[in-house]
Amino acid sequence: MIHCYQMNGYNIILDVHSGGVHVVDELFYRLAQELEPPLPEACPPTLVEKYAAYGREAVEETYGEILELYREGSLYSPDDYAAFADRMVLSPIKAMCLHISHDCNLRCEYCFAGTGDFGTGHRMEMPLEVGKKAIDFLIEKSENRRNLELDFFGGEPLMNFEVVKEIVRYARQREKECGKNFRFTITTNGTLLTDDRIDFINREMHNVVLSVDGRKEINDRVRHRVDGSGSYDAFLPKFQKLVERRGDGQYYVRGTFTKYNLDFAEDVLHLNRCGFDQISVEPVVADPKLPYALTEADLPAIFAEYERLAKMLIQRRREHTGFNFFHFMIDLDQGPCVIKRLRGCGAGNEYCAVTPDGDVYPCHQFVGQEEWKMGDIFSGRLDMEMKRRFAASNVYGKEECRDCWAKFYCSGGCNANNHTYAGDIMRPYHLACELEKKRVECAIMIKAALADRTDETGETIPCDQDCAACVK
Amino acid sequence: MKHVKTLNKANLKETAVRGGCGECQASCQSACKTSCTVANQKCENAK
Repeated sequence: MIHCYQMNGYNIILDVHSGGVHVVDELFYRLAQELEPPLPEACPPTLVEKYAAYGREAVEETYGEILELYREGSLYSPDDYAAFADRMVLSPIKAMCLHISHDCNLRCEYCFAGTGDFGTGHRMEMPLEVGKKAIDFLIEKSENRRNLELDFFGGEPLMNFEVVKEIVRYARQREKECGKNFRFTITTNGTLLTDDRIDFINREMHNVVLSVDGRKEINDRVRHRVDGSGSYDAFLPKFQKLVERRGDGQYYVRGTFTKYNLDFAEDVLHLNRCGFDQISVEPVVADPKLPYALTEADLPAIFAEYERLAKMLIQRRREHTGFNFFHFMIDLDQGPCVIKRLRGCGAGNEYCAVTPDGDVYPCHQFVGQEEWKMGDIFSGRLDMEMKRRFAASNVYGKEECRDCWAKFYCSGGCNANNHTYAGDIMRPYHLACELEKKRVECAIMIKAALADRTDETGETIPCDQDCAACVK
Repeated sequence: MKHVKTLNKANLKETAVRGGCGECQASCQSACKTSCTVANQKCENAK
């Protein structure tokens, strides 16, 4: 299967099953779409005739190049992966979203966590004993996995920061005893950051996710304090201080765009002007009836904005003032293995969420929906039938994903979104699919543009930029 | 080749043989939480 598209003046062909990416001229682009494997040794006379305007020699020469790539296995490569689908079985749990606080000091309109309590009606903080038990649970369920990931999530985790510190201390002690390596992440709105907390986070957290939507007026329209006032001024200087002190450590400023800011590239640029170079701004996921929700009708505007952002990024990288946009990150040579791409996010199988009460859910987005409770950390028991169901929700388990060109990039999408908006974890949520496909196209086009600098011999001039902005 | 420039040398199929160690980052531990993008994750064993 090949996927052909044109963007920003480039003709791009993605060979889906090998991952090969080819930037081609117009004749190649046209011929490639005419062909299906197996390819004959000689150029079919019908093609020579149809494309006679290009000249016989050019058509035959181009066909020869197509044939060479086909033989190499980087064009029209067959789908051999169904055989690997049987490896998509129960896995050890190695990643956990720890709901350290089911309370929040903000009231963001689009919050999928019900502004902190996940729709449960009671706001609470996780007791230390539950947190420690969650660490024990993760160590036990991780079996032979060494790297364990734990995200302090909420609500707002800083509302229960003393417990965060104690859990980290406990996990550091247990990891030595058990031969594990904990990687912590914290996701925060930043309003309760202090210098001491910044230092602790920068010392202990492998990754930090800082919530901000971009421009002050955009942020404050939806990210309110409890009294209805905006939150921007309360966190932005603290985020800047945290990032300034963080050095090379991983972080993202992470925003959400809605129907209110379909010009979200401006928010991305604003965040960069504020001093951030690791930026993620994601589409809101919401009931289409809500006023800020994105719908199919918004797709043309969003697509245009993604393209605009992609072109701006190319320009900035050429000027050595680039930055990293999470959804355009792609590594065409050393990305994740195909087994990872088949498995997807791992929710309910190798990833789970734990509530302040110690209940276990497939992921943070299922929390509060009682029918998706899959166990608890005290008994250690898990609904293995549910775990098997999630293990099977891989690319080849999802009928509509199997033949999609983008299947090895989104890996079947977000199971929680699939459940909420398509009615089944096995059925993809089409709005998200369309957005993801556009982002992958943009990400690959950026690679094509950055490779589009050649010297007098025709060799590509490698980028001389040595900065975090480069997509690794 | 005159009509095509290939941007990558890797072949996904080769990664099926050596991959699947399960040690790399879960996508929702990076910056997602409301979407799923796997291809932008790093391989734990990438040099």
